[in-house]
Amino acid sequence: MSTVLQDLVNQPYQHGFVTDIEADVAPKGLSEDTIRLISGKKNEPEWLLELRLSAYRQWLKMEEPQWPNVKYPKIDFQAISYYSAPKPKKTLGSMNEVDPELLRTFEKLGVPMNERAKLAGVAVDVIFDSVSVATTYKAKLAEVGIIFCSISEAVHEHPELVRKYLGSVVPVGDNYYAALNSAVFTDGSFCFIPRGVKCPMDLSTYFRINTENTGQFERTLIVAEEGASVSYLEGCTAPKFDTNQLHAAVVELVALDDADIKYSTVQNWYAGDENGLGGIYNFVTKRGLCKGVNSRISWTQVETGSAITWKYPSCVLRGDNSVGEFYSVALTNHYQQADTGTKMIHLGKNTRSTIVSKGISAGHSNNSYRGLVRIAPTAAGARNYSQCDSMLIGERCGANTFPYIQVNNPSAKVEHEASTSKIGEDQLFYFAQRGVGAEEAVSMIINGFCKDVFQQLPMEFAVEATKLLGLKLEGSVG
Amino acid sequence: MIYQDSKTLLAVRGLHATVNGIEILKGLDLTVKSGEVHAIMGPNGSGKSTFAKVLAGHPAYAVSGGAVVFEGGNLFELKPEARARAGVFLGFQYPIEIPGVANSQFLRLAYNTVQAGRGKDELDPLEFDDFVREKMKLLEMNPDFLDRSVNEGFSGGEKKRNEILQMALLEPKLAILDETDSGLDIDALRIVAGGVNQLANKDNAIVLVTHYQRLLNYIVPDYVHVMDAGRIVKTGGKELALELEARGYDWVGAEVKANAGVNA
Repeated sequence: MSTVLQDLVNQPYQHGFVTDIEADVAPKGLSEDTIRLISGKKNEPEWLLELRLSAYRQWLKMEEPQWPNVKYPKIDFQAISYYSAPKPKKTLGSMNEVDPELLRTFEKLGVPMNERAKLAGVAVDVIFDSVSVATTYKAKLAEVGIIFCSISEAVHEHPELVRKYLGSVVPVGDNYYAALNSAVFTDGSFCFIPRGVKCPMDLSTYFRINTENTGQFERTLIVAEEGASVSYLEGCTAPKFDTNQLHAAVVELVALDDADIKYSTVQNWYAGDENGLGGIYNFVTKRGLCKGVNSRISWTQVETGSAITWKYPSCVLRGDNSVGEFYSVALTNHYQQADTGTKMIHLGKNTRSTIVSKGISAGHSNNSYRGLVRIAPTAAGARNYSQCDSMLIGERCGANTFPYIQVNNPSAKVEHEASTSKIGEDQLFYFAQRGVGAEEAVSMIINGFCKDVFQQLPMEFAVEATKLLGLKLEGSVG
Repeated sequence: MIYQDSKTLLAVRGLHATVNGIEILKGLDLTVKSGEVHAIMGPNGSGKSTFAKVLAGHPAYAVSGGAVVFEGGNLFELKPEARARAGVFLGFQYPIEIPGVANSQFLRLAYNTVQAGRGKDELDPLEFDDFVREKMKLLEMNPDFLDRSVNEGFSGGEKKRNEILQMALLEPKLAILDETDSGLDIDALRIVAGGVNQLANKDNAIVLVTHYQRLLNYIVPDYVHVMDAGRIVKTGGKELALELEARGYDWVGAEVKANAGVNA
């Protein structure tokens, strides 16, 4: 690992959970009272409190899933404080006050200047004079009727929309972590694209106000009405630290007739140190519902961080002729563990899905692809194509593929291809003999391996992702 | 070609090398001057390919004795990539496949890295495209090669042409071509050999590792060396290759043993 990254991950990082009780922090532990407290603090309507309580009551009866191919110590859910009033982060006056190591990492990743400032916690307005970028974008979106705000704000400003769609794709009792999230989520994003509107720009959490304190139980809801389309970007390539070890987010997407949602993620959360200490546990439920005919939902993810990744962005293809896509690169190094993949549930006629998964394992890490393709009896003419490729770097890592295929309609066509390859000494020697060092060689091989996924990412994101993979693998070969 | 005043490019003295703890090279000596073409022949297992890989710095081979001076400096102080930038080129006997990486990308990265290492200008993708297409004509290569993954699914002949294309791009001082003739049909052999001949000049040198005299009809060597049991045991002119073709290698071994007996 490069010294830059090493220094960065060695920054003071609080293992475990926050211990100091401050003024506006709920006592540790989860109970109906905690949930009432959260809902009360946020001044929520009765229906939302009911939704939370219902989720909590179901969660109590559920067991933590044991099937993922990951190992971690048992989580004590009563040791977590589920609410703290959002505290503004300390804002720095200028880029000069930012840790130079952090700036060097940004430089290496090619993070745009304005984003660097934001990520480093510098007030953007300080740098860009008077006009706040976020405000400008928000005004532009409002012109075409797009709503893009925090979910708390949406609960108050657009209650009918939130009530209609929240929990409609991921029911409150869907799974252990989704139930927990539904009970205690504190904030997240809401995005609504009205009928016929093509969102004029990629929506990024960066442009949303109040993104800093979304907390460990983030909730996102995106709705595209008939004929609407949107491309949504989550995360960024810069390393992200959090004092909360457990993260359990829920993302719901709804696409009505002819709507199109593209959701791209680059995740680079703290992965623990090279000995596997610390790091974030990321248990995420992401699901899209292609509710209308001819709708399309496309997930693209580049997962490079977290100590544990448990994540299966899925598509429920209910509308006839609807399309689901999943493009994924999951990279694990050191002692990271990833169990990630997708579910494609074909309900409507002539529904189509594509799965392209690229797993890269280095160090002592373990990387599993887990995917389900289910063709319901109603899904006449459904088609799926899956491609799962694994690449191993070194001798001590592991890669697994767990594909589940359930076909209940004789007219369906399902294809699955899988491959495993290894970056070999001979390949690196071949590059070296042509003047190219090991790191550049690995970067080129990896980028070739991930090409099919990267080309799905928005341009700047793809460039950053390419560099990110190189950075994450530094020192793992040669 | 032998030039009177040319300088020594490569001096190998008493080279010993092992792979997996087994000694393969046992005191090899060789001097190569710029402008010259050398052919190294010898039976299977005599250490020809090992010698080629040791010069290029393959990590599986360990140098256990002796010295190699390249252009006045200790070659073994350089990492494999630095040797390549300094002008040592190995044409692989079995070129490596790199799935997913377009040949054009690979060739440009190699070219620009070596150019940068020599303090020369790099080329952007468009400039490089013109440049590489021109070089490909030399080897009668179809431009489709540029879009395919490096060596993946290439026929034996295509792989070898791709090797010589890289030699043409990187303009090495010392090109070691390890059995470049194996797997080539007559037409491909003529084309590849023609390419090598056009690249040879008075400032560089070529070392051909080969089993067969056939290649030497096309690329005429100044010296022919015979390797046996990890050493060069006999050196002659191009006519030695013809003699080897006619008589095999056994007589060389016998001659070496006889001489050893005399010396003892």
